[in-house]
Amino acid sequence: MNGTDAEPLAERAPFRPILNGLRDTGEVLILIGDVLRELPMGIAKVPLVVQQMVSIGLGSMPLTVIVALFTGAVAAVQASYQFRDYVPMIYLGTVIGKSVVIELGPVLTALVVGGRVGASIAAELGTMRVTEQIDAMETMGISPTRYLVVPRVVAAVLMLPVLTIFADVVAIFGGYLVAVLTLDVSGHTFTSGLRLYFHLRDVFSGLIKSFFFGAIISMMGCYYGLRSEGGAEGVGVATTHAVVASCLLILIVDYLLASFLFRVLFA
Amino acid sequence: MPEPEIVIDAVHKRLGSKQVLRGVSLDIAAGESLAIIGRSGTGKSVLLKHVVGLMHPDAGTVLVDGVDVPSLHTKELLELRKRMGMLFQGGALFDSLTVGENVGLPLREHTRIDDNQVEMVVKEKLHLVGLEGTQDLRPSSLSGGMKKRAALARALALNPKIMLYDEPTTGLDPITSDLINRLIRRLQERLGITSIAVTHDMKSAYHIADRIAMLHEGRIHAMGTPAEIQSSTDPAVKQFIEGSAEGPLLPT
Repeated sequence: MNGTDAEPLAERAPFRPILNGLRDTGEVLILIGDVLRELPMGIAKVPLVVQQMVSIGLGSMPLTVIVALFTGAVAAVQASYQFRDYVPMIYLGTVIGKSVVIELGPVLTALVVGGRVGASIAAELGTMRVTEQIDAMETMGISPTRYLVVPRVVAAVLMLPVLTIFADVVAIFGGYLVAVLTLDVSGHTFTSGLRLYFHLRDVFSGLIKSFFFGAIISMMGCYYGLRSEGGAEGVGVATTHAVVASCLLILIVDYLLASFLFRVLFA
Repeated sequence: MPEPEIVIDAVHKRLGSKQVLRGVSLDIAAGESLAIIGRSGTGKSVLLKHVVGLMHPDAGTVLVDGVDVPSLHTKELLELRKRMGMLFQGGALFDSLTVGENVGLPLREHTRIDDNQVEMVVKEKLHLVGLEGTQDLRPSSLSGGMKKRAALARALALNPKIMLYDEPTTGLDPITSDLINRLIRRLQERLGITSIAVTHDMKSAYHIADRIAMLHEGRIHAMGTPAEIQSSTDPAVKQFIEGSAEGPLLPT
């Protein structure tokens, strides 16, 4: 190590992607540890948490509502097409309700919010990193984890389930509108179908997932933002990484949680 | 000569594939003002970040008041940093806060004084850097020079014993540069603040420094009083202070 110019083993081509992946995983785990340790002090910064809840929650509301409305609408169109001549239309409400609260509501909300919020967190923290604001913060003895990361993670973890509830309601309403206005299904048929086989645990499973998705989105945004380097280009790279990583992790964790919830917990 | 307050000994640092520091050794006495000169990209800022614990050396030691900085844990590092102020190249003011909130932040975080007293200190520090009445402005509406001065006010908020300046005059007009230079000198002379300034502005270095160290190829290449550096016969030093493209230092 001592001042030699030889390229370290870790920089050589075949090792690099593997080592980078391991490093990222390790560093994210360290960040999670830091967040948990700073959690009480970070939550005490109530104005910062509220500010983030407004920006993450309220700010994502219009996007969430529009996405949900069309998701429900398209679900109604597709389901009715597949039902035709085989399945009675009373099951339209059942299928839309189930698929929305279990899967479409939480996952699509997380994906669009992940794009919007993950990118904005990564860009903001990335800019703070490359303009030395993070260094300045540390030099002043102020913990960036406590000041920047914890409020964002807490806000995202709290607001994602809230957004998901809105998305669930709006998506089912979208399905209802399409069914009643264009598919010749009566409102009564749709709502009866919706109530048929309705289980509260389905809604909870969706909300549990969205809780984890909130953590993923904010952690990825913060992690890639804080470690960005090299000016505007670096911030762009960080933003892309944050969004790509959140989307992939959302889908992977969705599978893992679905397996756990429906094969173990509710089985 | 008094006990050195800051000791940098044989510090090595590699960033990515580049070996930036190759055994830098420096002693800085309490109350002394040292300027580190050198070309862009020679690792001057990197060296400064080692002193405040933002970077850790691959090898070598960094002692401040006899304490080994890289080995400090969060709490001890926090205590050390309260006694230090650092002025960053671009100011590094927080965009989301006003100038007043920026300057007051360290006070609100680390002291128990009430809002009125915070406001008084903020006023006093802004007055010191010639920025009265800018409390409510956003950093984005300040010029480069004003940002740096506001950042200086913030760095001074907790009355540090040690000040680190990263390119304090770069990008400023000559008059603002002179103001900053005088301010740095005054802080050191009147308040006995130990200071390290990293710069490639020779005028600034002559003005603010008791001693000047030149960083070149990852080591301290030359060291002396401003007069000694000015009269140095070393070709690299000569070329650098004269700002000539011809000599042993190749254009990068």
